[in-house]
Amino acid sequence: MRVIVDGVSQTFGDRSGQPVEALAGVSFTVAAQELLAVVGPSGCGKSTLLNLLAGLLTPTAGRLGFEGDLPAGRPPTAMVFQEFALFPWRTVLANVEFGLEEAGRPRAERRALARRYVELTGLGGFERKYPHQLSGGMRQRVGIARALAVEPAVLLMDEPFSALDAQTRQLMQEELLAIWGRTRQTIVYVTHNIHEAVWMADRVVVLSRRPGRVLEIVDVELKRPRSEAMLGEPALVHAVERIWALIKSQAREALREGAA
Amino acid sequence: MARALGPVGLLLAWELLTRTGWVPALFLPSPLGVLAAGWQMLQSGELLAHVGTSLQRILLGFGLGALAGVAVGLAVGVFSLAEAVGNPLIAATFPVPKIALLPLLILWLGIGELSKVAVITLGVFFPMAINTYTGVRHADPLLLRAAVSFGAGRWSLVRKVMLPSALPMIFAGLRLGAGTSLLLLVAAEMIAANSGIGYLILNAQNLMQTTSLMVGIVLLSVLGLASHWLLTRLERLALPWKADA
Repeated sequence: MRVIVDGVSQTFGDRSGQPVEALAGVSFTVAAQELLAVVGPSGCGKSTLLNLLAGLLTPTAGRLGFEGDLPAGRPPTAMVFQEFALFPWRTVLANVEFGLEEAGRPRAERRALARRYVELTGLGGFERKYPHQLSGGMRQRVGIARALAVEPAVLLMDEPFSALDAQTRQLMQEELLAIWGRTRQTIVYVTHNIHEAVWMADRVVVLSRRPGRVLEIVDVELKRPRSEAMLGEPALVHAVERIWALIKSQAREALREGAA
Repeated sequence: MARALGPVGLLLAWELLTRTGWVPALFLPSPLGVLAAGWQMLQSGELLAHVGTSLQRILLGFGLGALAGVAVGLAVGVFSLAEAVGNPLIAATFPVPKIALLPLLILWLGIGELSKVAVITLGVFFPMAINTYTGVRHADPLLLRAAVSFGAGRWSLVRKVMLPSALPMIFAGLRLGAGTSLLLLVAAEMIAANSGIGYLILNAQNLMQTTSLMVGIVLLSVLGLASHWLLTRLERLALPWKADA
C-alpha cells in the first residue's frame, strides 16, 4: 500500500487563539514496503505529520491518501509512541491484544496474533508481565508488537527509541530492521537523529523548521541488510552530511529564538 | 513479633492496673472481664443479633453508596453536561455533615432501617463520587491518545482507559467511605435505634454496664480492622499491576 501526502498544511490555534502554522504544503509518497524516515529540527511539525497520517487530525489543506487494497479488519495505520504509552493495568499479552480488540477480531484470533508478534519482537516468556516490571527497551518492544499485531498498512513510529539509553537504542534499531526484513512492513519513522534516520531508512524526508516544509528527500544508497560495519561507509556519511547541511542553519535559527 | 509488643504490653498493663483495684471496674473493666462478658453475650445470642443488624445496615449503605458514587463520578468525569450539572451540586452538598441529615431522613423515611441505611449511603456516596471523578479526570492523555489511535470509541475509552486509570483513586475512596460508614452507623444507632452495636454501647452506658460497653467498642474496632483487611485484599486482587514485581 502506498501513502500519498499531497500539499498538506496544518494550522492550529495557539493558547491566545493566534493561528500557528505547523506544516505548509508538505508532499511526498511512501512506497509499499518502504522504510521512510522523516527528520527535521525541533518544532518542525514531525509529530503533527504523524497525527495526520494516523487520522487523529484532519489537514487544514491538502490531501492524505492510501492507495491499494486493504484487507478487511486491518487499519491503515498503527502508531508506536516515544513514551511507549502502554496500558499499565494490562499484561504484555493484553497490551498487544488491545488494537485487535478495538478492530473487533474474535478472541481466539487475537490470542494467536498477539502471541505471534510477542515472539517476533523477542518478548516470549514475558507475556504475563506488567509494563512496570519491564525495562525501557522491553516496553518499547511491547509498543512495537502492539502496533504490528493489527497488521496495519503503514506502521507509524514517533521517535520510538529516543527515550532509551544509547546502547539499548542501537540494539533496538538493529532489531527493528531485522523485524522489518521479515515482515516488510511499510514504516514511516520520525526522528530527530540524522544518523539513525540514514542508517535505517531507504529515503529520508528532511523538513524545515516551523512551518514544516519538505527541504529535500534524500535517497540512502546503502545496501541491505544493514549492519554496524556500514556506519563508516561513504554513502552513509555523505547522506548524513547532506542532511546536516540542510538542517544546520534551521537548527541554529531555532536555537537563537529559544524555540524548543 | 516486635509489632505485637505494643498492643500486648498495653493489654497487660491494663489488666494489671484493674487487678490492683486502683481503678474501679465501673470506670475501666479488665480486658479479661470484657472478654468473658463478650463470650457470655455471644452465647446468649445477644451479640450476634446486634452485630447482624449493624452489618446489614452498613453493608447495604456502603454498597449502595459506593455503586452510586462510582456511577455518578464516572458520568461527571466523562460527560461535559453531567460535569456542568453535577460538579456544583456535589460541591454544594458535600460539606454538609451527613449525620445532620439523619433527623430529616427519619422524617422522610421513618425511624426504621431505611433512614440508617440512607445516611450511610450518603456518607459513602460523596467520597466515592469525588474520588472516581478525580481519577477519571487524571487519566493519562497519552494513553487516551494511544487508545484512540487504535480505534477506541467513547465506550471503549471509558471501560478500558478511564475506569482502570481511576481504580486506585476508587480504592482510596472505598477506604475513606469505610471509615465514614462506621462512624455514621454508630451515630445513627445511638440516636434512633433499639438494636445494633451503637445501641448496645449507649444502652450499656445507661445501665452502667461498662463491661458491655467495652464489648461494643471492641466489636467496632474488629469491624474496622476487618474492613481494612478486606479492602487491602480486594485492592491487591483488582490492581495486580500496582503490586511490585
